[in-house]
Amino acid sequence: MELILSLAIGVLAGSGVWLLLRPRTFQVIIGLSLISYAVNLFIFSMGRIVLGSPPVINPEMADPSLYADPLPQALVLTAIVIAFATTALFLVILLASRGFSGTDHVDGREVHK
Amino acid sequence: MTGWMQHLPILPVVIPLICGALMLVVRDGNRRGRLTLGFLSIAGQLAAAVALLCLSAGYLPNNWPDGVGVYLLGDWPAPFGIVAVVDRLAVVMLVLTAILGMAAWIYATARWDRAGVHFHPLFQFLLMGLNGAFLTGDLFNLFVFFEVLLAASYGLALHGSGRARVSAGLHYVAVNLVASFLLLIAMAMIYGVTGSLNMADLAARAGELGGPDRRLFEAGAAILGIAFLIKAAAWPLNFWLPATYANACAPVAAVFMIMTKVGVYAMLRIGSLLLPTGAPAAFGGEWMFPLGIATLGFGIVGLIAAPQPERQASYCAIMSSGTLFAALGMPGVTLTGPALFYLVTSVLALGAFFLLLEMIERTQAFGADLLAVSLEAFDLEDPEASDTSDDVVGVAIPAAMVFLGLSFVACALLIAGLPPMSGFVAKFTLLSAALQTAAGTPGTGTWLLLGFVIFSGLACIIALGRTGIRLFWSVEDTVTPRLRLTEAGPVTLLIFVTIAMSIWAGPVMHYLDETADYLGTPSQYINAVLTRNPGRDVAPVEVLP
Repeated sequence: MELILSLAIGVLAGSGVWLLLRPRTFQVIIGLSLISYAVNLFIFSMGRIVLGSPPVINPEMADPSLYADPLPQALVLTAIVIAFATTALFLVILLASRGFSGTDHVDGREVHK
Repeated sequence: MTGWMQHLPILPVVIPLICGALMLVVRDGNRRGRLTLGFLSIAGQLAAAVALLCLSAGYLPNNWPDGVGVYLLGDWPAPFGIVAVVDRLAVVMLVLTAILGMAAWIYATARWDRAGVHFHPLFQFLLMGLNGAFLTGDLFNLFVFFEVLLAASYGLALHGSGRARVSAGLHYVAVNLVASFLLLIAMAMIYGVTGSLNMADLAARAGELGGPDRRLFEAGAAILGIAFLIKAAAWPLNFWLPATYANACAPVAAVFMIMTKVGVYAMLRIGSLLLPTGAPAAFGGEWMFPLGIATLGFGIVGLIAAPQPERQASYCAIMSSGTLFAALGMPGVTLTGPALFYLVTSVLALGAFFLLLEMIERTQAFGADLLAVSLEAFDLEDPEASDTSDDVVGVAIPAAMVFLGLSFVACALLIAGLPPMSGFVAKFTLLSAALQTAAGTPGTGTWLLLGFVIFSGLACIIALGRTGIRLFWSVEDTVTPRLRLTEAGPVTLLIFVTIAMSIWAGPVMHYLDETADYLGTPSQYINAVLTRNPGRDVAPVEVLP
């Protein structure tokens, strides 16, 4: 479980960073999306990995350490919404840049080799 | 502190939120409606900020312990619920934001708000994000307010459109999205280790960590530091800044001046809270001081090399961040008081400078007028072309060139730190404090700080002197622009605030020194937040001594 989760986070973050450093705007936006998935999974895993446990309990009735931590789920939800909105905004800028410069290079002009 | 007064701490967030949302309901064509809402909002924010300043400093009677006001949202007790914390540092930043926001907003109403759509709502949301970031008491809401202000700033950076802006905006958005992800990773790590995101609770718990947990916490704090350093434009994380700020339209660039300072504020706030438990490296002198010196060096080189006045102003902003980091991170001594004075002065001066440069640009007969391009793109009439004496907003001021020249000199003196302006007071107190408090003989660090700060002033004089000569004395084809009162007024306002700061430098410095002392004893903040219990019957929260 830990191995699969950490591998997933690592692969997503690694691919994301690689794509982020590419010269095409579309690659950059996909890279940002992948990193945001990696970050969301990371936040989620910070609540410790627990299977099939209820999140909200009465501390007097049971030992809280046996239960899942609900806060990271709330954090992830907020982070997802924010990342989604900013990515959508970035997409608009990407299209505007394409419209103005006629190229999808991140610098707005092709590099001639 | 009863009735509606107890809700005062949250007003700087609520006012722009409501006004910004209402503006979206008002038709885009109904300019008068939007202007009224904008004015009400900014006036309200200024009033709330000043009232909070008086409360926090104890000029008004209150029951805040040590001048720290804690507002519990939804009345949940501190480490679990969301808190807004008003203290001496936060109110300084709130008042500064309100003054700068007011100046930039008035300037924008003269013409720039018509260069694109939704300027006014975006501006309000930017102010809301700034105020929220200064008020919030927990890390996750710091992230949320950062995102609010960044999302608004993306829109404002592109305001007016045009190829240069979109190209610079693309880089700006990409870099800041990555910084936000770093912020999230850091927060998740810190939460995973300590089990809390409330800053006061965090400060209390960090000291109890040991072994591998402590190291994980340090790693999380380091990533947090990197995210803040990107926002605060520290070298080598600041290459996004010059293009973005130089291409943004003048009022937006002016209000962006405080955005880099949000990063500095966050470093200062979290650094001061973690200090007693041994601040992680990124928030202490080990990294902050060398980074500050490197940022100053980068700013100096960039400033001298920059061809356009707007780019020069952007590099001045980088230099101001560098000076602040070098001063705050200076090993062995505490320069927080003078550094805060410098922060306030430099934000006001650079804000005025950006507004001024756009007006000076109009004296040049040729050159790409970005405004003309934007107005054409949005099929709007050039307000300048249709100027007649019965123009409602256009009260032209006499002796426009004299005003521009004098303001330019004032801004240059402020930024370079020469007498008689408050920039001199700021740099002088900074350097004298560095020399005085250094134990025994001043060490290498002191001389480095001294040398770089003085040399950065020299670089400012060289670069701005050259620009001034080119803009004002090469008279061949200058045209005298028609300046409105709403354009000249904000610049005058900002410069007069700095003049007032140099006249009443004593009281201001005293207040800021008290703020520095307060930051040096974070137990006041921690106790105020953690002991604040709602009116309901709740078991008291355990408080550390």
